[in-house]
Amino acid sequence: MKFLRDLLDKQKPLFQKGGKFENLYYLYEAGETFMFSPNHTTGIKGAQVKDAIDLKRMMITVVVALLPCLLFGIYNVGEQHYLAVGEAVGFGEKFLLGLKLVLPIVIVAYAAGGIVEAIFAVIRKHPINEGFLVTGMLVPLVVPASMPLWQVALATIFAVVIAKEVFGGTGMNILNVAMTARAFLYFAYPAQISGDQVWTYLGEKTAVDGFSGATALSVAYGAGQSGEAVTSALASHNASIGDQLYSFANMFFGFIPGSIGETSTLMCLIGALILIATGVGSWKIIVSGFAGTYIMGLIMNAFAANEFMAMPAHYHLVMGGVAFGIVFMATDPVSASQTEKGKWLYGLLIGFLTVIIRVTNPAYPEGIMLAVLLMNVFAPLIDYYVVKANKKRRLQRATV
Amino acid sequence: MSKLVKLKKGFDIKLEGKAEKKTEAFQPAQTFAIKPTDFVGMQRPKVTVKEGDTVKAGTPILFDKKLESVLYAAPVSGEIVEIKRGEKRKLLEIKIMADKEISYEAFTKFSESDLKSLTKEQAVDALLKGGVWPQIIQRPYGVVANPEDDPKAIFISGFDSHPLAPDYGVLLKGQEKYFQAGLNILKKLTSGKIHLNLDQDSEVSPVYAGVQGVEVNKFSGPHPAGNVGVQIHHLNPINKGEVAWTINPYGVVQVGKLLLEGIYDASKVIAITGSEAKKAVYAKTYQGACVDKLVVDNTKSDHFRVVSGNVLTGEKINHDGYLGYYDHQITLLPEGDYYEFMGWAKPTSSKLSFHRALGLLSFLSPSKEFVLDTNTRGEERAFVQTGVFEQVTPMDIFPIYLLKAIMAEDFDEMEELGIYEIIEEDLALCEFIDVSKHPVQDIVRKGIELIQYS
Repeated sequence: MKFLRDLLDKQKPLFQKGGKFENLYYLYEAGETFMFSPNHTTGIKGAQVKDAIDLKRMMITVVVALLPCLLFGIYNVGEQHYLAVGEAVGFGEKFLLGLKLVLPIVIVAYAAGGIVEAIFAVIRKHPINEGFLVTGMLVPLVVPASMPLWQVALATIFAVVIAKEVFGGTGMNILNVAMTARAFLYFAYPAQISGDQVWTYLGEKTAVDGFSGATALSVAYGAGQSGEAVTSALASHNASIGDQLYSFANMFFGFIPGSIGETSTLMCLIGALILIATGVGSWKIIVSGFAGTYIMGLIMNAFAANEFMAMPAHYHLVMGGVAFGIVFMATDPVSASQTEKGKWLYGLLIGFLTVIIRVTNPAYPEGIMLAVLLMNVFAPLIDYYVVKANKKRRLQRATV
Repeated sequence: MSKLVKLKKGFDIKLEGKAEKKTEAFQPAQTFAIKPTDFVGMQRPKVTVKEGDTVKAGTPILFDKKLESVLYAAPVSGEIVEIKRGEKRKLLEIKIMADKEISYEAFTKFSESDLKSLTKEQAVDALLKGGVWPQIIQRPYGVVANPEDDPKAIFISGFDSHPLAPDYGVLLKGQEKYFQAGLNILKKLTSGKIHLNLDQDSEVSPVYAGVQGVEVNKFSGPHPAGNVGVQIHHLNPINKGEVAWTINPYGVVQVGKLLLEGIYDASKVIAITGSEAKKAVYAKTYQGACVDKLVVDNTKSDHFRVVSGNVLTGEKINHDGYLGYYDHQITLLPEGDYYEFMGWAKPTSSKLSFHRALGLLSFLSPSKEFVLDTNTRGEERAFVQTGVFEQVTPMDIFPIYLLKAIMAEDFDEMEELGIYEIIEEDLALCEFIDVSKHPVQDIVRKGIELIQYS
């Protein structure tokens, strides 16, 4: 690697103060530190040695935790396509078709977000932050494979600018950046991210008779409207394209229509295991998030004003984006609650809100997105009270 | 009532190069220095000697115009060879070329029975004149104590839990008599108690075995269990407006010796530690000794760093630099000024980490001793990770919120979040484990100064 190091050292003066490309220093820095950990040493006073971790390693851990979802998502895009058009093909073909559709979305998200990051880094003279490695991967996983690429680009740009850079960049943002991208798409281009027609890629082919393309959630929602029991609606729905397409097992493993990365609860759980084992994601948020969803599901069961509310509570855990949202979106350390006690409440409320929004929102059966964004806004309030309790303890002590 | 406090939070940084429990003779240092920069919060140091003057051990050579009664004494007898100043004539070092045979200033000598009848005023006066007062540190702020205060209690941490820390059993061997005498004097300085805090997880050093008249508490757990700040937090926390004093066991011995023998004895045993040390052993020397004789021919390579103190709170000094006033340890580390290809992604089991993010495998070998160099292992970034600082801070404090309050210069928040309870060393582990590589200890001191001088 010496030639690479030599090459970098040769270019360095150009980017340093007084150099020709002085303004682009942080672009150079991003490239340099990506390839080589810097030769910085600790200061005169204070900690003379440092822990082996850095932000890059922490962020890449999240990206790795997302890989199972990505790989399964790629496969499932192909799987759903061939199911819908009624063709039987092998694993390879399904995966290749998925790759053809998903890879461009990933590339566009990284490119669009990366350019915005770079522009802000140059203008504001701050280093390019590695949090973007995660954002660029999260955005593609929460959109359907049929999403037009320009919309993906626009949403990513919007999210990075409005949800992050206007607040001062990584670490200062209030809202989860990837969820903001999805919310932007949902409100700006609802036709491409809601309804029954967008979740399955059909291409030039026509779907088999009886194909509806609905997600499990919209089937459940429809059942609630028509008064049919959700479980029997799920069982009978789309019987023509797959035996028991919406069986509980299929929903758990993820062989159902939906956004690229969010259909498989199993893959999300594998990601959760990676995040928890590495300590990068908060297990408290993950556990309380799932618990909140389940508890509110049970509460809804108790009231059961319609069939959707009467749906078995554990169905909520495997339908839609709940698992993905709780594991990867709610645990974003910057926008989540930052105190340990707060994290319990934060996760729990996300779970509660998700189910409430699902079963009471007349327009859109998915709730995790709005629940996370809403709780992002309330997280500082939760922390405020946790910290206030600490201050109060301190103050009480003073009078003793 | 003595207490047993079990701490779970914290982190032991296990390093190679612990000093063997034997004291070896090294060539004696020729020069010694008092560095005003060792005394945090010293504002206007004033030198009372000139270059060329001769001094005895115990001769006052320095005082702070803000606290004139506290005298800082020469550790050895000899000639003042240099008064080194830096930018804006900031006083950096007063160097003394030592005599072969040390001669001492003669202070009043007390018998053990005399000590009992000493009043507080007499005791304070003796400690101030004898040059041992700077050993007493006050909380909050972690600065040299003001003799006019009446502290609510005096806290003594009887052990050091820092990485590669020396064993007080070795440092204070045979000083039992002076230690007890020191405690007897200190008792006169406070209307409250004296807390002597010992390590539950190891044997009681002989020096503490027979102590009387103090409250002995036990602490158990990983570092920072030995930090006196953490101990105060669990025994009798400091609130706004209160003052407590702390003193190192070595300081207690120095106090005892001054009164029983009538001399300012600055001799001390220090530990030579660190992975670069060929012979990691204990050595006899004096406060402020030049470390060159301890380092020369005692390192494994040429490219190393000498740290006065430990790796968490120490200070980098030159290879012929001077031991810090409060330090009982030097640490020799490899310098880490190298690039590492894909250093942030490579799996590694040879670099210590508190975290377990991808590829950080050190947690698999919890008892392994690591070699750490001075590389920062990454660049400074925004605060992102949450909840980890709390895991290494065994206090009811929110470090991130406190640090942010300091950065925002929000005085009320700082007070309410506990700035009075900490000094740099209490959050030093946060600086070590910080993903975003912030200078946590600098920030803490900045906050303390804001509160102290506002």
